[in-house]
Amino acid sequence: MIKLTVNGTTHEVDAEPDTPLLWVIREWLGMTGTKYGCGIAQCGACTVHIDGVATRSCQVPAGSVSAAQIVTIEGLSSDGLSNPVQDAWLRLDVPQCGYCQSGQIMAAVALLRSNPTPTDADIDTAMTNICRCGTYQRIREAIHAAAMSGRKA
Amino acid sequence: MSNKMALRRRSFLGSVAALGGGLALGWRVPAFADAGDQELGIWVVISPDDTVTVRIARSEMGQGTFTGLAQLVADELDADWRNVQAEYVSPDENLAHKRAWGDMSTGGSRGIRGSVDYVRKGGAAARAMLITAASMLWDVPAAECTTKLGVVKHEKSGRTITYGDIAADAAKLPVPTEVTLKTPEQWTIIGKGVRRLDTFQKLSGRQVFAIDVQLPDMLNAAIAQCPVYGGTLRSFSADKIKSMPGVRTVVPVDDNAVAVVADKWYQAKTALAALPIVWNEGAGAMVDSAQIAELLKGGLEAKEAALGQKHGDVESGLASAAKVIEAMYASPYLAHATMEPMNCTAKFADGKVEIWVPSQNGDASLAAAAEAGGVKLGDVKVNKLHLGGGFGRRGQQDYTRQAVLIAKQVPGRPVKLIWTREEDTAHDFYRPITQCRLRAGLDASGNVVALHARLSGQSILAYLAPSRMENGVDRIAFQSWTEEEFGYKTIPNLLIDHAVRNTHVPVGFWRGVNTNQNAIYMECFIDELANAAGKDPLEFRRAMLAKSPKHLAVLNAAAEKAEWGKPLPAGVFRGICQNYGYGSYTAAVAEVSVSPQGALKVHRIVAATDPGYAVNPQQIEAQVQGSFVYGLSAVLYGEISIAKGRAVQSNFDTYPVMRLAEMPKVETVIVPSGGFWGGVGEPTIAVAGPAVLNAIFAATGKRIRTLPLRQHDLAHA
Repeated sequence: MIKLTVNGTTHEVDAEPDTPLLWVIREWLGMTGTKYGCGIAQCGACTVHIDGVATRSCQVPAGSVSAAQIVTIEGLSSDGLSNPVQDAWLRLDVPQCGYCQSGQIMAAVALLRSNPTPTDADIDTAMTNICRCGTYQRIREAIHAAAMSGRKA
Repeated sequence: MSNKMALRRRSFLGSVAALGGGLALGWRVPAFADAGDQELGIWVVISPDDTVTVRIARSEMGQGTFTGLAQLVADELDADWRNVQAEYVSPDENLAHKRAWGDMSTGGSRGIRGSVDYVRKGGAAARAMLITAASMLWDVPAAECTTKLGVVKHEKSGRTITYGDIAADAAKLPVPTEVTLKTPEQWTIIGKGVRRLDTFQKLSGRQVFAIDVQLPDMLNAAIAQCPVYGGTLRSFSADKIKSMPGVRTVVPVDDNAVAVVADKWYQAKTALAALPIVWNEGAGAMVDSAQIAELLKGGLEAKEAALGQKHGDVESGLASAAKVIEAMYASPYLAHATMEPMNCTAKFADGKVEIWVPSQNGDASLAAAAEAGGVKLGDVKVNKLHLGGGFGRRGQQDYTRQAVLIAKQVPGRPVKLIWTREEDTAHDFYRPITQCRLRAGLDASGNVVALHARLSGQSILAYLAPSRMENGVDRIAFQSWTEEEFGYKTIPNLLIDHAVRNTHVPVGFWRGVNTNQNAIYMECFIDELANAAGKDPLEFRRAMLAKSPKHLAVLNAAAEKAEWGKPLPAGVFRGICQNYGYGSYTAAVAEVSVSPQGALKVHRIVAATDPGYAVNPQQIEAQVQGSFVYGLSAVLYGEISIAKGRAVQSNFDTYPVMRLAEMPKVETVIVPSGGFWGGVGEPTIAVAGPAVLNAIFAATGKRIRTLPLRQHDLAHA
């Protein structure tokens, strides 16, 4: 049994300790907002916050984060909109297919929490998740818009 | 305003409390409407609370068709866009209704242009029914009634009724077959950059993609396919893994794959990795990229080739030319790499099949499921879900077939098959590998007097749809180069032909298909000719497009916005190009710099497009931006190479794609000339590569003719 605290709730999970956190979140906890894209921490579709740090959950053994606070896209806001990053994403109509967007939003929130007014260069460095539809330009604009909103991400 | 209108607002706001401005933003949560007796024809359902549900037959994979098609219907309906939502028509409903909703195939940038007439008529018919019902209620002539924003009004008396209030009466009326469509001046929703209908759920993890489907008693499957194309499964040792956590069974799939079925997918994947498998790799195992390159090279010189376009006499034109320029270009195989890997969930029970599938072609998914299940078409139920990317890959149904074949071996329980990224990269229907030899003659004034483009390479139709080959000719190979598409009509002697050279590697439709390579070959070569003629690349093209006013207008639009000719900062250089494909005209100007060490930076792109009518400028802009990411990912990095008969690359570490830091600022110029409906999702990709490659030449003097770019050293003095 693994103990995991996700979005403020502690779960006892009957999975092997080396099972990647991504799959425990998706298959054992049934929360599917966090996506599988590559399995080798390249694409970032599986990004969650582990003690506030944006982390690619496909390469994190679930047994190694029992003591951590884990937040997924489902835990970012209760209504799916009230985080200023989600609000900016909505106003700029960022998603296309949307598959990578959970990870993009989680990465953007982590960036804005550590750096509330990021420059383009800061965004370049922090936002390394892959989007195949090519929403990068709107992602950049939305991060600036969220920063300008003056609300805490 | 009726009472229920207020009720609806309350319940709506109640469900998204504290949002503030939710209504003003115009989003809706898509949900399957309970049509009941509120169905006005086949495309529109209007609920008593005034919600208008537009049915969509095409697939949403990011390109925005869900929203664009709804706009077309809602405009003819005179709906209030804030009340509009969309839902899929399921392929089994389509089948049961004699394909009343038409073609479900979503490819070739046909979503709008392939359905515009009949979906608009659907909206107009529903509007006519609402007017007739209201006029009967009021006992007035229908001609005295008007519609606006979801309300019917009798102008003389000033009486009004909302669509929701009259829809039940309207639904009882016959659906008119003769309707008059609006003229473009009358449009109120078409042409507006309304927000997408599918955004909200994609911000919160609530969007259920097929990979996210969870069903009672569901099992999960991971699959390994013979790594060599055309090879087969010889044997596997299931006993070795049967005691591993969660494993239920190990099953063969067709003659070339094996799947592990387990409680959880991660368990299935883990056990599969430990499963001893023996393959019959077959003759394909002897093939590598160098051999394929040689095969194609032979095609460049071959006597026999399929004819694409010909006029005049190229050979005598070349013989009479003052100067002959020749160049050879090449493009590799490319994988689609959709973010959501291939997957499908299937259930086989009591001789019936149900699937949950991300598909660009619902009808084809249904047919594949029926065939794999050995059941009648009418015994298949298909649940379509939004796709986590398609790009042409999900028109093929190999993964759908596999899911049903696996489910049939575990009857009564749904099974979700997910491919690993590695499997997805290794078993694609790749963009075909091609080479192109171009020869052109210039007269003493630098005019092009003859041009021969010889393509050599793989045919998509020969692999996927041999019945569509016409006497050995694959017409798709000539995309952008057919007589109606090709803009350079001033060339007196022209020959375009294709030596079909097929291999054992599977090929298919990759967003933009052959327009991408063809545009790189032609537009970079035209740049070479301009350089040889000592002419400005823009002026050179302008003269050659003298007989193609729409091509020319889009080229000029891009050049003007980019201020072609105006000095740039030191070290920054421009490239330009144009193309026509999928019914739309496109052109682009790229601004790049290349450091002396060879580091490329794409600073700015100006992209112009004429799609005839622009249904949603915001979404066109999104598609244009995305086209540069997809197109430049291919140009900068994309390559699937073959060794021992199989793909060398396996994941994003070996098949890299563009990331945000490399994204240039893309400025989109939409110049809709009206009178036609062109595609949007694909046409711009074709101009991404040549604009940047021509700018690289301007910056470095290096002409890149073989892709990807990362194989080349751009260092320059």
